[in-house]
Amino acid sequence: MTAGAGQGAKAPLDAARPRGGTARLRLGDPIFRILATVCGLTVAVAMVGLAIVLIIRSWPSIEALGTDVLTTVAWSPVNGQYGVLAALVGTVLSTLIAMVIAVPLALLIALLLVELVHPAAARVIGTGIEMLAAIPSIVYGMVGIFVVVPFVQDVFVPWVLSTPLGSIPGLAPGPRFQGGGVSIFTAGIVLAFMVLPFITAISRDVLGMVPRVTKEAGYGMGSTTWEVMRRISMPYANSGIVGGVFIGFGRALGETMAVAYLIGSLYTDLPHSIFDPGTSIASLIAQQFSEATDKVQVSALIQLGLVLFVITMGFQLLAQLWLRRVKRSTGGRA
Amino acid sequence: MSAPTTGQRAATLRHRSTARRKTVDKAVRVFAWTGASLGIAVMIFVVWQVVVRGIAAWDIAFFTQPTPQDVTSTAGGFANAIVGTLVITGVAALMAIPTGFLGGIYLAEFGRNGKLATAIRMIANVVMGVPSIIVGVFAFAIIVQPLQHYSGFAGSVALAFIMLPVMARTTEDILNLVPNELRESGLAIGAPRWKVTLGVICRAARGGLITGASLAVVRVAGETAPLLFTALSSPYWMTGLFGPGGFFGGPVANLTKTIYDFSASPYPHWQDLAWGGALLIIVVVLGMNILMRLLFQRGKEW
Amino acid sequence: MVGTTLNEPAAPTIVPPRLEVAEARRHGQEDFDSLPSEISVRNLDFYYGKAQALFGNSMEIKKNRVTAVIGPSGCGKSTHLRTYNRIYSLYRDQRATGEIMFDGDNILSPQTDLLELRRRIGMIFQKPSPFPMTVFENIAYGLRQHYKLDRGELSDRVEHALKRSAIWDEVKHKLNEPGTALSGGQQQRLCIARAIAPEPDVLLMDEPCSAIDPVGTAKIEELILELKSKYTIVLVTHNMQQAARVSDYTAFFFEGHIVEFGATAQIFAKPAKQQTEDYITGRFG
Repeated sequence: MTAGAGQGAKAPLDAARPRGGTARLRLGDPIFRILATVCGLTVAVAMVGLAIVLIIRSWPSIEALGTDVLTTVAWSPVNGQYGVLAALVGTVLSTLIAMVIAVPLALLIALLLVELVHPAAARVIGTGIEMLAAIPSIVYGMVGIFVVVPFVQDVFVPWVLSTPLGSIPGLAPGPRFQGGGVSIFTAGIVLAFMVLPFITAISRDVLGMVPRVTKEAGYGMGSTTWEVMRRISMPYANSGIVGGVFIGFGRALGETMAVAYLIGSLYTDLPHSIFDPGTSIASLIAQQFSEATDKVQVSALIQLGLVLFVITMGFQLLAQLWLRRVKRSTGGRA
Repeated sequence: MSAPTTGQRAATLRHRSTARRKTVDKAVRVFAWTGASLGIAVMIFVVWQVVVRGIAAWDIAFFTQPTPQDVTSTAGGFANAIVGTLVITGVAALMAIPTGFLGGIYLAEFGRNGKLATAIRMIANVVMGVPSIIVGVFAFAIIVQPLQHYSGFAGSVALAFIMLPVMARTTEDILNLVPNELRESGLAIGAPRWKVTLGVICRAARGGLITGASLAVVRVAGETAPLLFTALSSPYWMTGLFGPGGFFGGPVANLTKTIYDFSASPYPHWQDLAWGGALLIIVVVLGMNILMRLLFQRGKEW
Repeated sequence: MVGTTLNEPAAPTIVPPRLEVAEARRHGQEDFDSLPSEISVRNLDFYYGKAQALFGNSMEIKKNRVTAVIGPSGCGKSTHLRTYNRIYSLYRDQRATGEIMFDGDNILSPQTDLLELRRRIGMIFQKPSPFPMTVFENIAYGLRQHYKLDRGELSDRVEHALKRSAIWDEVKHKLNEPGTALSGGQQQRLCIARAIAPEPDVLLMDEPCSAIDPVGTAKIEELILELKSKYTIVLVTHNMQQAARVSDYTAFFFEGHIVEFGATAQIFAKPAKQQTEDYITGRFG
């Protein structure tokens, strides 16, 4: 294109451009931006709204009962008792049992996937695990109640009780023992396998991020696979693993349906043994809500919801803070 | 320091037994294999149980008949529950997906690392950790209580609440994978931001976005707790929009709550139906996961 | 193939200036064959899956000498080096056939105790890779692993290793900081200290300076010259001047074959093969 032709060639293009086209284009963007921002804010607003609503609607009960809810053991509206302690203990116990089973298992599986099997097999197994994380909790609950409960009741608990283990406090059945099938322990087992895929996936991802050179340096020093894993890979992946465990813990705390099937509905006493039936906050709410008649009861249930909310949120926050702190100090994540 | 030769220096040290270290390593490997096999066996077991017990309940009646009310009959199916879940989840998706999508666009394209975006991101992470039953309680408090009745709509609101942050964060993550060059070339032509974002970037990220949305929907479809005190359940077909049997007017039958009720009942036929329902859910959830992987596994190439 | 002193004068063609070689390489005139061999490679073939990468490599690595391995990218230098400590065994589809004799045994045999082998043959990698632990812990790692030492002895040996790696003064106040808090060149010297702490016989260095700045590189080269008196060093490098500066013997690799092997002085001053000369004078690679 010569300079001479340039001048003439430009003019038609200018005329072809629609008048005010630029102005129109300019309006679309601000609208788009505002729209997007509003939608982004909706997420935050919804959350804040949730917290506020929970507080407001549990206010009647807070007014009437004060902090008694937190100190009373039994939940027995018939007797005017609105205590969360039994449920709280059940929640924590079942979650702890789940974690004790799930975390070592998850780490072993992650170790397997990262170091011990062929990469193709690891991908297949890994995909399978991710899909298992998608199975809804009622399914776990159903399998739990039709399969695990009979097994625990007919096989496992009798076996434990026949060994010296059966007399350890905490395992030895309490006065409310019902055979062990529907119990805190059963809920814990099933919870463990619900949380397992999640923790495994996170651990595997984080362990897979250890740089190859660093691992080779470990092997080059004459370490075994386990030594490299324990002293190099795991410290490197430490913060990620712990974060995953925290989040898994938080999820198990709030798990409702599977636990509701399996933990029993003993609202009135603290458990003596993990083989006793019990209750958890989430399953108590689930089971009692439909039976709640008067306003105070409903409000008390909402207050329980508030307690659960605070606990799980507290856990989330702890997890986030931990992750931030560990990242700063180790510098292992070079 | 005049030192002896390397070999001599090493010889003066007390060696740790290689054999023992290798045994430990071997033991750990055995543990890992056993543990993994156990974990995986349990998983397979769960799926297998559902398949075996549920497939028996799958017949025409299951998909066409409403839930039985007579405990003695062997007739009936889950059809009204299936339809109910479709409607409730569908409405929830209509509410949550566009909003979450745009919210994710805000986080990825506009807010980026700003204060507001960081706060929203953190809050979204926290919301995703809220137990679903609390979300149900929330929907109960803002919709069921004021209106004095349960409704399918309340259930949709609860499900939408759960989907919203998931959709936003997924959208943000996917959009962040799109290389900046694409953005810049789009803008460099002189196209407005919204056209570039929706037309170019989202098209490039199409696979991931569809996957994200589908998985979010399928995930809430399997939720039970949020529906416990919102949509409740019903033995009948949903009848229109308003009125006692309507979507906004009263309880609506849905798959998960019905499964819960039936599986906890003492009637074998009802339990069978419950297994059928559970199988349906698993098929949908796993099927969608697999479908998305097959369709869009390669979809990360721009 | 061992170089001998050539008698013919150089061909009277226009030849680019030779690299300045360090004066009086005594070893250039020593009797190669009478030196004790640390590692003897015989007929080494190597495969990545179905693709062969090394062809019939045979070489002698002499005790307390620095042997450099040079050649263009992709010629198999690193691959060859990584057979000496069997680090390739980590990867399923990599395998080696032939013989590599170390201390009377063929280390390619499946009976080889890899842990023991790697205690005696240490490796330094191209990218400095300190472990995710403190400086002290990094050095102590190999010591703790292979030996039983009390706390005092451990500290002494850590200090000794750091001193011998010429990094003690720079890190003596930072022993409890993460290894990753050091600069790149320091990290690499840390890795060297880590490798020599367990008292190996051989040090394998895979392009140790390629990720380091020139000042750091100079320090590491100095270190190699010091370490030579106590260790046998095999150095893979793409930097010919480096090879000329620090090594006693040089092997020139091309497409998986050892084209020429000899005293460094010989290789750089009067290479026997045309291919070697072409590479050294920069005509290719």
